[in-house]
Amino acid sequence: MIKTILVNGIMIAGVYALLASGFSLIFGVARIISLAQTAFYMVAAYATFILTSQLGLNVPLSALLSVALTTIFGVGVYWLCIDRIREHETTVILVTVALAIFFQECLILKFGLYQKSVPQFIEGFFEILGTRVSYQYVIALLVVVAVLLGIWLLLYKTKLGLATRAVAQDREVANLMGIKVRKMCMGAFGLAVALAAIGGAVVAPIYSLDPYMWMHPLLMICAIVVLGGLGSAIGSVIGALIMGYVETLVVFLVPMGSFVKTAVALIIMIVVLMVRPEGLFGVTFEEERL
Amino acid sequence: MRRLYKTLQGEIFAIPGRNIAVVFFLFLCFLPLMTTQPFILRIATFASIYAIFAASWDLLYGYTGQMNLGHALFFGISAYTSALLNHHFGLPPWITVPIGALVAVLTGSVVAIPAMRIRGIFLALATLAFPIVMTGIVFVFPDLTGGELGISGIAPLARSRVATYYITLFVMLVSIGIMWKMTDVKSKKIRLGIILLAIREDEVTARASGINTIRYKLLAFCLSGFFAGIAGGLYVHVMKIAGPSTLELMTSINPIVWTVFGGIGTIYGPVTGVYILFPLVEFLRVVQEIRTLLFALLVIAILLLMPEGIGVWIRDKAECKCPRCKLVNFATRQICRACGAQLHLAKKSQH
Repeated sequence: MIKTILVNGIMIAGVYALLASGFSLIFGVARIISLAQTAFYMVAAYATFILTSQLGLNVPLSALLSVALTTIFGVGVYWLCIDRIREHETTVILVTVALAIFFQECLILKFGLYQKSVPQFIEGFFEILGTRVSYQYVIALLVVVAVLLGIWLLLYKTKLGLATRAVAQDREVANLMGIKVRKMCMGAFGLAVALAAIGGAVVAPIYSLDPYMWMHPLLMICAIVVLGGLGSAIGSVIGALIMGYVETLVVFLVPMGSFVKTAVALIIMIVVLMVRPEGLFGVTFEEERL
Repeated sequence: MRRLYKTLQGEIFAIPGRNIAVVFFLFLCFLPLMTTQPFILRIATFASIYAIFAASWDLLYGYTGQMNLGHALFFGISAYTSALLNHHFGLPPWITVPIGALVAVLTGSVVAIPAMRIRGIFLALATLAFPIVMTGIVFVFPDLTGGELGISGIAPLARSRVATYYITLFVMLVSIGIMWKMTDVKSKKIRLGIILLAIREDEVTARASGINTIRYKLLAFCLSGFFAGIAGGLYVHVMKIAGPSTLELMTSINPIVWTVFGGIGTIYGPVTGVYILFPLVEFLRVVQEIRTLLFALLVIAILLLMPEGIGVWIRDKAECKCPRCKLVNFATRQICRACGAQLHLAKKSQH
């Protein structure tokens, strides 16, 4: 039991960490709350499904392709819909929700409400401490960890990362230093969509796909980023670990746990907020200049 | 009589926005005379209820700047309270709806406690959680709340459809009137509107000017909760069922869509938004399969074209403020109706 919880928890936490760090990145750089973040996760999962089942490609190739396609698609959506209303905070929130619902409805029209599944990368499993762990879990987990490390390297060791962090700290001054703020915002959005897409592509073989799969992760990543501190990368990862394990524990140990798993996770978030309003690793932003 | 006519002429007929409001009000009053089709009356009844709901969200965000992404909480709590009271104790609607609203006020003050500590976008994300938590609670006690199916068999608001329509219309007009008067920024007597706006613009400065921001934010949450609660109670007695759908994400998103569509921070904006968007979406039921799809597309298109909302957009097109005496005029007039100053002078010189 404990081992199952450990394995499942870390898987969920990894996916949440990918989604939440993307969400946090968009907010930090572009000051956009993109509630469509998990919709791109769904789009990527479905893209993998289309490429494997309908076009007959092998799974790793279609996962790679779906990540690339979803990222291009996401940047296109940003350029078409979000870029011009970036300044209107509420409008952006609404448009991104509307986009998520739009994707959901398109998928319902195309594939119906039934659950779909994608074949695994490699069949089979091995045993650690007497618990069966399938290779797919290991691959997914390795990919998640590698991607998170890659993001950390990109943000803290490259010139591009420096520019990104500069924009996140102070848009006007960054602009004066010759950084193209608009392009950086688009880049951050694209990167976040790529993170979500990687999450979607690696979990597609593990979980079943349905057109409402974006809603639950969306609530969870909202809780995670508030818990960890919006705009803090390490906060997102720690928050994801906490929330992932809380969710798994509730599902496995509490009777009727799947009904209340979200509620329990969100209550924890509210309690943390009451004690530390800026989140666990909160970066308090200076009031923005008008 | 003469004086009444004079006031009407000066205060209402001369201002395009109010003209539209009066025509629309008369239309709503005489709607059952024109048609008594159940479908249309039902839409109009629900539009009245949702108008209260959307305006209560606007009170909280448009005036006070407290972004609430979980407004369904107030709606749902009041809905369940009214339903339980009616179902178990057989209380009539005119008691259950106010009690439901009062419970929503209590909830509002509870929600306001974390809201005092967190601000802006954090608040938005945190409030998103509250209705979900409530849904969890509803599912944990299926004996009391009916779980997934909800509570059915609730007494209707009135015997006939027309009576129901008039009751909701009356409640809507009174509620909107109260909210509009309370938040009237220009009023000399009630300063609530201007204080809430000050909190929205700059909380620190508002506090430095001697405004007890905590008390006023609490007041805003309670007021908003009260009116959302009234809407929730009415909804239950019209729908005759209280289910978990009153707490779901779309119930929180809808008032925001209506308000942003109509114009934020205006009180008349959300009402406009509801009366345009809600019937539109209901008529889209003809194409059931792509209804939600069309709705999402419509929202995106409107927000991209008019990010300020349609109410504000129409007002800006139809009205024109006199540059000298600040009186509102028809945009078609050349000179101001009071002082005779040229209205479109500034615009011409720009070209």
